Amino acid sequence: MATSTLPASTPAVRSSIGLKLLMAGSGLLFVFYVLAHAYGNLMVLGGPDAFNNYAHHLRTLGEPMLPYSGFLWVFRLVLIAALALHVYAALTLWGRANGARSTKYAVKKAAASSLASRTMRFGGIALLLFVIFHLLHLTTHTIRPQGEQPTPYANVVNSFDKWWLVLIYAVAVIALAFHLHHGIWSAAQTLGWTSTTAARRNAKFLAHFIGSLVPTAFLIPPLCILFGIVD
Amino acid sequence: MNLTLKIWRQDGPTARGELVTYQVPDISPDMSFLEMLDVLNERLNAEGKEPVAFDSDCREGICGMCGLMISGDAHGPEKTTTCQLHMRSFKDGETITIEPWRATAFPVLRDLVVDRTAFDRIIQAGGFISANTGAAPKAEAILVPKENADRAFMAAECIGCGACVAACPNASGMLFMGAKVTHLGELPQGQPERAQRVAAMVATHDAEGFGGCTNIGECSHACPKGIPLDVISQLNADMRKAKSGRL
Repeated sequence: MATSTLPASTPAVRSSIGLKLLMAGSGLLFVFYVLAHAYGNLMVLGGPDAFNNYAHHLRTLGEPMLPYSGFLWVFRLVLIAALALHVYAALTLWGRANGARSTKYAVKKAAASSLASRTMRFGGIALLLFVIFHLLHLTTHTIRPQGEQPTPYANVVNSFDKWWLVLIYAVAVIALAFHLHHGIWSAAQTLGWTSTTAARRNAKFLAHFIGSLVPTAFLIPPLCILFGIVD
Repeated sequence: MNLTLKIWRQDGPTARGELVTYQVPDISPDMSFLEMLDVLNERLNAEGKEPVAFDSDCREGICGMCGLMISGDAHGPEKTTTCQLHMRSFKDGETITIEPWRATAFPVLRDLVVDRTAFDRIIQAGGFISANTGAAPKAEAILVPKENADRAFMAAECIGCGACVAACPNASGMLFMGAKVTHLGELPQGQPERAQRVAAMVATHDAEGFGGCTNIGECSHACPKGIPLDVISQLNADMRKAKSGRL
């Protein structure tokens, strides 16, 4: 059979599935990262020594093979690269999706999609803005409502005794919960791991499990500090 | 039944369209949706007005020719094609909005008729197998395990109506493509061209202006044949393996 259309010469990585694979791969890296981050945050419950030791240990990890903070910087560079790919792929696909329906429906029902799936794009923007705020707050201390503090523990505890700061973080964690609930399942589907009914069910279960576990673990320290259980 | 219809009217591909309201009294609940539109058109003809253009062919739910966005649902509120939808699925006095499939890859030709040849070009790119014709091989010459045959048959139910594209927030054609890739990929006859099939179909899909999949599931819900979302997983896996030389 003769083909009347030559396939376009777009490189495979810029095909819609190639971009989705970039999103899925970088997204799964973030899933492992938030799992580790949420676990680390729980050290606050162990008191000042446990948390300060944890923060110090992150910087001496890999010494003397790596310089002080070496591991942390390698990790940060990998995350920044993954974020750049994730955002690039998301914006490109968003643009293509808008172009793919230039005339909108007068009436359109969302019959099967979950709220989480429909809020991926704006939820993602909210998360990006939050990450910038979060870095300015607890990494660079550019935004310092807690004042100048001597230790990582003091920085955290004197931040989250402010209700409005807890509120900002709580909203971000809810946005993260939505993003994980759809994102983990979607990544599994994009990687082609859900070609059977059982695999699909397992991927959805894992998405809901991690999507509930991580936000809960993230919310425990700020709420414990706000309500005076940790001080 | 007495109905109020808001129908998209558009004189041609480049003309500006708009929703026009029609009062349609005396409709039997046993009529199909397309018979109801036939009644409207007979009345418009009698009044000397231009009838509403819409696509249909077999009216048995198997050809994939008909397809309308009915009050925001592709093929209406039931899981079937527009031709197999009956007016008893609606309430007396209801206002029904009828629009064509909306996708840049499916341009409107007139009123509710869209050009779906983009799907044909995707099929031409890879939705086929190459086989010698002439003497027909014995049916049992190539054995197919039951599970593979069942899954191939499930995917082969796709009639190419385009409801998946119409319902998708990204106007993506991935459910259609996934159905074709799964249908041929489950069978021995589909193996020789499997890697080039998926690459060529995806490249054509993107070039035609369809959007990407966000795994939302509106397509599968709208599909009159109930093609499940896992064919898109199959499509993604085939594409990934084809591009890494493992297919």
